[in-house]
Amino acid sequence: MSDSSNFAEVFLQEAEELLADIEECILNIESDPEDHDAINRLFRAMHTIKGSGSMFGFDDIADFTHHVETALDLVREGKMKISKTFIDLILMSRDQISAMLDQSQGGPSVSHVENLKIIEKFHELMPRSARSSSKNADEKKKRDEAPPPSKQVYRVRFGGDSEMFSRGMDPALLIDELRGLGECEVIPNTDSIPSLDEIDPEKCYLSWDIVLTTEKGEDEIHDVFIFVEDDCEIDIRRISEEEAEDVPRLGEILVERGDAQPEDIEQALNSQKRLGDLLSQEKGVSKQKIQSALQEQKALQAFNKAAARETVRVPADKLDNLINLVGELVITQAQLSRVATKIDSLELDSPVEEVDRLTGELRDIVLNIRMMPIGGTFSRFRRLVRDLSSELNKKIDLVTLGGETEMDKTVIDRLGDPLVHLIRNSLDHGIESAEKRREAEKPEKGTIRLSATHRGANVVISIEDDGQGLNADSIRAKAIEKGLIAATDDLSEKEIFNLIMQPGFSTAESVTSISGRGVGMDVVKREIESLRGSIEIDSQLGKGTRIDLYLPLTLAIIDGLLVEIGAGKYVIPINAIVECLEMTDETVALDRGRNLIQVRGELLPFVRLRETFWIEGVVPEIEEAVIVNHGDNRVGLVVDRVIGDYQTVIKSLGRIYQDVEGLSGATIMGDGNVALIVDVLGLVRMANMDEKHSIGKIRKSKEKAETVTAQS
Amino acid sequence: MAKTIMTADDSTSMRQMVSFTLKQAGYEVVEAEDGKDALTKMTAAPVDMLITDLNMPNMNGLELIREVRNLKEYKFIPIVMLTTESESGKKLEGKKAGATGWIVKPFKPPQLVSVVKKVLK
Repeated sequence: MSDSSNFAEVFLQEAEELLADIEECILNIESDPEDHDAINRLFRAMHTIKGSGSMFGFDDIADFTHHVETALDLVREGKMKISKTFIDLILMSRDQISAMLDQSQGGPSVSHVENLKIIEKFHELMPRSARSSSKNADEKKKRDEAPPPSKQVYRVRFGGDSEMFSRGMDPALLIDELRGLGECEVIPNTDSIPSLDEIDPEKCYLSWDIVLTTEKGEDEIHDVFIFVEDDCEIDIRRISEEEAEDVPRLGEILVERGDAQPEDIEQALNSQKRLGDLLSQEKGVSKQKIQSALQEQKALQAFNKAAARETVRVPADKLDNLINLVGELVITQAQLSRVATKIDSLELDSPVEEVDRLTGELRDIVLNIRMMPIGGTFSRFRRLVRDLSSELNKKIDLVTLGGETEMDKTVIDRLGDPLVHLIRNSLDHGIESAEKRREAEKPEKGTIRLSATHRGANVVISIEDDGQGLNADSIRAKAIEKGLIAATDDLSEKEIFNLIMQPGFSTAESVTSISGRGVGMDVVKREIESLRGSIEIDSQLGKGTRIDLYLPLTLAIIDGLLVEIGAGKYVIPINAIVECLEMTDETVALDRGRNLIQVRGELLPFVRLRETFWIEGVVPEIEEAVIVNHGDNRVGLVVDRVIGDYQTVIKSLGRIYQDVEGLSGATIMGDGNVALIVDVLGLVRMANMDEKHSIGKIRKSKEKAETVTAQS
Repeated sequence: MAKTIMTADDSTSMRQMVSFTLKQAGYEVVEAEDGKDALTKMTAAPVDMLITDLNMPNMNGLELIREVRNLKEYKFIPIVMLTTESESGKKLEGKKAGATGWIVKPFKPPQLVSVVKKVLK
């Protein structure tokens, strides 16, 4: 048995039997009008013909039988008398149904007029009151409300039927069904669960508040509850408006839902605490109700955000101003917190904590305003690659990934030039000509992949090509020729690659119009470093080159570790830090003046910041080392004392100090003092530099650093 | 393990159709041709759900639902009634007797399956 036509055959057979049954019944009734059993059987037979007939496509039979059934129902209920006419009509109907069944099997066609005549005659027999209802009985109820066109937020409250389980209804299934409609936040309300000894495990004490964001209409939500709507309290309400208004406040939501009184809200608001906490503490509004209202608020916020993805253009300098002010606020807030801890007043503590929280929120929001997806910059390069590749007569595809990655607008703006340079390099020096690629058995078309990904507190932008790669030997030879390294120097491959970022280095055999115009990799490097970023080069000869740019998410704020050296405080950017450890005698013992520290069996170079920055005073007995990471290099920075976590707003150093090595900025601390931000990159470089070379530089930067500290 | 569903209907075509549809959807099906038959079979071997016609000889759907709900093991199983449009009043009566929901005849096989999925875990 595989489809409905087979069921139809079964139905035809069944109908024949039922018709025989009908005939027998009606004849029994004729001889004994009080034979209730026969009346019931007759009714059932007609009912089955109607029900099954409609199932298997015999709509004409179902429609006709419906009227006969209605008449029989009246007889069954004693509202209509059994008369000779009635019995005749039943027999006529039986024959009519039989004829219709024959017709469906290819028999002669049945007159529809005959059907109507029989129905009309049944109607004449019926008492007046029953007639109209019979006519309207099969009119289907339809909701005519058109579904709203787009996503809407609905609040669905559902519950109140403690007998739900004993009707075999599992509310979890309904909630799952709702989840299937869209984004769904479900908050159960456990307020009415009685104490344990009063609980009847067969009863349902829960009700639910569900905030549903869906494209489906209200009807479809109603349909979920179709089996329970008679017994449960179900309230489905659209809470998002066509025109996105202001998101209502928590208090407004609670009052509108009837969960709290307006007076209570008013009173709560006057006492300056978070409304939700207060209402639950003092007015006995349950936490869940508040939680539920908060979820609703959240869903509405999300909805409004999505709906009103309109933008407001604001001049960048206004934004910068705002960020500066927020920066000042963060600093002042730190000062305030500091003063508050000194005063030690309970009364002061809570507003200070609140200001702390608000400032934090404000800072995050303001910084977020500046965040932009990098995709806009990426798409600029599509054209560049197209134009340049045709100029160079190469076939090149640009693939961009992660365009949605957000970064500070300042960073994005300043990234443009370095990226142009790196892509040009890939086009010009990286990807070979079509002939060369064919010889190397590579696809004729070269590919440049430009991608952005989040990695910790950084965004990494990679430029990857499947070109000829860097030739370490020729770079090395060139560097020796230019006097950048000594012929005897033993350099790792990575170190050799890094040489191309030295000022004045160029490996291209011919200077083309595209690259080699003097803007070398050294400029790219400087630009990236000025953004507090770094560059890593990785290349395989013949396979391709990959350049990774590590960039901070934002320039305005730095998460750092506050350390102390002598009387001065310094901030080390936290994303560079691997670990902190004490410089015990043991660790230093192995040192023997080589400035090496042993960390987990590995020897790392270290820099004593006290010496680097030329700080006078007594060296504490136990110094601490902050191990910082830069690419593959790890270096220990030795300080007097590590104070702790510190988030701060970066203030740039004045123009005169911009070239100071080892320092990248300054910040004003809570107590008004200046802390200098350590330039990890510069220090790592200094640590790796050949000793003789570094001494002179360190001395220079010492002097400068001192002046900075003195002036700030 | 596949869930077992009892379908009680005095109409053979109807019963076969329900049975076939549910088997296609991966359920085990037990058929009964009236209320009494269903009750006997359900007491003999457990089922996970009952789908019943209302108008049946020997024991009608409403009586069946009441009897089934009185059995300890069937206190919480889903019970779905098959009703026709003209029996809309019966829906409430059925709910009172303990039915979980209903399906109005005529219905399409997918409707039946979606209702079963709605009430059967």
